[in-house]
Amino acid sequence: MSETLSSRARFVCDMVAQTARLMVGVPDYQTYVAHRRTNHPGEPVMTYEEFFRERQEARYSVSKGRFRGCC
Amino acid sequence: MTLREKLVWSAVAVAGAVAFAVVALTRGEPVNAAWLVVASICIYFIAYRFYALFIVTRAFGVDPRRVTPAYRHNDGLDYVPTNRYVLFGHHFAAIAGAGPLVGPVLAAQMGYLPGTLWILAGVVFAGAVQDMTVLFLSTRRDGRSLGEMIRTEIGPVAGSIVGVGILLICIILLAVLALVVVNALKGSPWGAFTVFCTIPIALVMGVYSRFVRPGRIGEMSLIGAALLLASLVYGQTVSQTPGLAAWFTLSGTQLALAVIFYGFFASVLPVWLLLAPRDYLSTFLKVGTILMLAIGIVVVRPDLQMPAVTKFIDGSGPVWAGSLFPFLFITIACGSVSGWHALISSGTTPKMIENESQIRFIGYGAMLMESFVAIMAMIAATVIHPGVYFAMNSSAALIGADPAHAAEVISGWGFAVTPDMLAQVAHEVGESTILSRTGGAPTLAVGMASILSGFLGGPALAGIWYHFAILFEALFILTTVDAGTRVCRFMIQDLVGGAVPAFKATESWANNLIGSAAACAAWGYFLYQGVIDPFGGIWTLWPLFGASNQMLAAIALILCTVILFKMKREKFAWVTIVPAVWLFICTVTAGLEKVASPDPKVGFVAHAWRFGEAAAAGKTVAPAKTLEEMGRIAFNDYVDAALAALFVAIVIVMAVYGVIRARQALQSSKSTTVEIGGAAVAAE
Repeated sequence: MSETLSSRARFVCDMVAQTARLMVGVPDYQTYVAHRRTNHPGEPVMTYEEFFRERQEARYSVSKGRFRGCC
Repeated sequence: MTLREKLVWSAVAVAGAVAFAVVALTRGEPVNAAWLVVASICIYFIAYRFYALFIVTRAFGVDPRRVTPAYRHNDGLDYVPTNRYVLFGHHFAAIAGAGPLVGPVLAAQMGYLPGTLWILAGVVFAGAVQDMTVLFLSTRRDGRSLGEMIRTEIGPVAGSIVGVGILLICIILLAVLALVVVNALKGSPWGAFTVFCTIPIALVMGVYSRFVRPGRIGEMSLIGAALLLASLVYGQTVSQTPGLAAWFTLSGTQLALAVIFYGFFASVLPVWLLLAPRDYLSTFLKVGTILMLAIGIVVVRPDLQMPAVTKFIDGSGPVWAGSLFPFLFITIACGSVSGWHALISSGTTPKMIENESQIRFIGYGAMLMESFVAIMAMIAATVIHPGVYFAMNSSAALIGADPAHAAEVISGWGFAVTPDMLAQVAHEVGESTILSRTGGAPTLAVGMASILSGFLGGPALAGIWYHFAILFEALFILTTVDAGTRVCRFMIQDLVGGAVPAFKATESWANNLIGSAAACAAWGYFLYQGVIDPFGGIWTLWPLFGASNQMLAAIALILCTVILFKMKREKFAWVTIVPAVWLFICTVTAGLEKVASPDPKVGFVAHAWRFGEAAAAGKTVAPAKTLEEMGRIAFNDYVDAALAALFVAIVIVMAVYGVIRARQALQSSKSTTVEIGGAAVAAE
């Protein structure tokens, strides 16, 4: 029972961390890696650092149809 | 529906009705905030379970089998199928900001009831419907933005008109938000010091996450939060040390210039250095504070001191001019309906939604939560003594700068207050004075300090809590100033680039510098005007901001209506027609009154004439002191009047376009809208 409890707690923590990251515009890295491996095998996969920078740049770059709200 | 469900929902309805009756009908004795919380939550649940469900199933006809853009374009980056709870958090963090916190505070001058009713009715029938409909439409169009959808569904001319409208809203919004910060930090060394400290703290975090430990968001945010807390505590020492305090005791104009220069430099720096880390801090602080405030209200359950309805519903209020209709409905924007959310609902969220069946939870649900934030702001503003509330939110032109005089004036309005009480509140929160701290943030901070110190720390920590609340507002407003200046710069470049193609290149440093300078000059003009405005700026600028925001909401709802007609679902189009018509009436009436009302307190032109005529006769009218000041006030009035007239014109043009397109759609026998996906794509 304690095992399911701790695994459930870990799951909740994971979800909270994922939510917090997505709140500041960084989606889940593992999902990205899995996506690249499945759908683009053999093609390069960004490291976490590259991924983070790419997402950071994308969140704040302003271009057509890309606005961030204020309230 | 099973019997058990029926019983549960009946119980929710009864609880809501009882709580609502207590809130609405009690007169003469204070109502406990818990009633307001219970009433709102019951209304939210019922609206979500019944009305929102009706809209998605009957009016939209969402199809859980339809492939969403997140799957169709899955790239692991922008388009990612995302767990709905995670996405809910993302969407809520994107829509929640300064708006729902400030509007209700200003609306509290009419008592807690009018504002509360509009927050609840507005969110259920307008705001949440708008957010959810735009999210639905964008999800069916590969996550297209509001502007793009207007161009393809209504027409390119309409799209360009809305583009200009969005630029103007952006400018007014930045000016008003910056003004809120300036008013909160004016003559407050503690506040100014802590807010100033956020700049070096953000720089440290930026360097840390770029070079020391790249991408470790959690670590850098913890470091930032710890440093922030230290500066908050040390701020008290600064304010009590005359030598240090002198450095951070700034006047309104000094702060305005500082914010304008900050906006300029911040918006040309690389994003990782200042904008991103500050954004992380403000996002986490915002969500944390909202949670804490909710817990605080539930634990402390304070009484509302403000009467349910004050005499100021007739339009004679000192916080902002204008009568209940239409001005209440533009003063509270974000907690009930906000055009900004249409931009966000058509931004990143539709690219991550897993299934159309989750649109109700994310679109409608997150907006209900935002509305609850507005209810909490209303509670925070009305748990403080009404006399203190009016002392903080009336301009110096009305109540003077001396506590004794202010107390006399406010007591004359029927809100008995003594100079000692005003001095006492100022002392408790560690400020020299609380008079005329207009803009909502300081009032909210006093309310939050009284609630939070009620369950954590007691009166000894009231000063810390007050400045924490100021810091939290200022932090995300300054993030908005930075990000918003970049948006303005882009729009200016796009607009001017039509005539001077070389100006469009956004990588060019020269273009960026010129664009940023132009953007800062535009909102800086209104900010500066607000700061030197003898009525305190908020009085003049907030209605203009509210009108522009509601104008955008009306436009978004018109688009939604047009598309429902094009989908041949006109039978259900009333779900968006009703709020669209209401917002149209409110914005047009408010805009016209701001332009043409003969009452100089409300109408910009009448106000300008009064000053112009007096100046021509060689007289000065208080609060102006020189003829030059007279001329400046009149000129600013004309600028504001022109803007208000422009907003009215834009919303009328869009309404005409909407009617034309809806009629065309009626004449067609089949759906004429352009959706992406559906059965054909799913089968591939």
